[in-house]
Amino acid sequence: MEGLGFYGFGALTLLGALLMVTSRNPLHGVLWLVVSFLGLSGLFGGLGAHFLAAIQILVYAGAILVLFLFVIMLLNLRPDDVERMPTFSLRGGVGGFLVGVVGFCAVVGSVVMGTGAFAKPVAGLPPLEAGAADVAIPLFSTALLPFEVVSLLLLAAIVGSVALTKRRLP
Amino acid sequence: MTPLLAALPPVTVQHYLLLSGLLFAVGLVGVLFRRNIIIVLMCLELMLSAANLAFVAFSRVHGNLQGQVMVFFSIAVAAAEAAVALSIIIALYRARGGVDVEDAAEMKG
Repeated sequence: MEGLGFYGFGALTLLGALLMVTSRNPLHGVLWLVVSFLGLSGLFGGLGAHFLAAIQILVYAGAILVLFLFVIMLLNLRPDDVERMPTFSLRGGVGGFLVGVVGFCAVVGSVVMGTGAFAKPVAGLPPLEAGAADVAIPLFSTALLPFEVVSLLLLAAIVGSVALTKRRLP
Repeated sequence: MTPLLAALPPVTVQHYLLLSGLLFAVGLVGVLFRRNIIIVLMCLELMLSAANLAFVAFSRVHGNLQGQVMVFFSIAVAAAEAAVALSIIIALYRARGGVDVEDAAEMKG
């Protein structure tokens, strides 16, 4: 059951991400990103993070991506904006290749040399169920100051986005 | 379905970390090669989510919730970032009439 959840939701997440990156129309890209985030929410649930699985759907797939959809529809992009192809530059290609080589070595090294709890099956680890009440305890005790700072950050983001998009009155 | 699953190796935390790395790489390719700035922003969100998956996997293997609290803050910061970035895109569209990364290339060296 664990394997079915991981491989199913993992394939859904990766497929949505790949189709988002390759989609020509940003509107289709947002919809594929919703698919990807639903898969990610399933993976969170499989790891026992039930609260984060709900937050991922409510905040990411619900609020943030609806904001993207809203802006794309507000801008009403012309077809030539949608259809222009990505360019390929030599410097970017070489840089991307180097990053890929480093990442590949890191992944292979971690799989070959990974030991201890990282190499054990997840189903064999001690159970960890994190509902809203379980996450609230560290959130409101050790992480109370960052929690309050985040509320200030959200206020600053609201004021900043209103100030950026407001037309100046004549 | 069951014989197919039995043939696969059991899921370890490394599997989750590998998937997280793949998602990050897909997002990075999008940031480097796409020209539509909205798609670039969506790829940034994807890279943040890949990091979130790694945090939750580490939280599972260590058996404490600090990683999940970190993901909670990360999602809140991503929401703030998306709101500000989208309003910058709207301002860019008003000023330049387009949303390609090359519409804002004055500071390119």
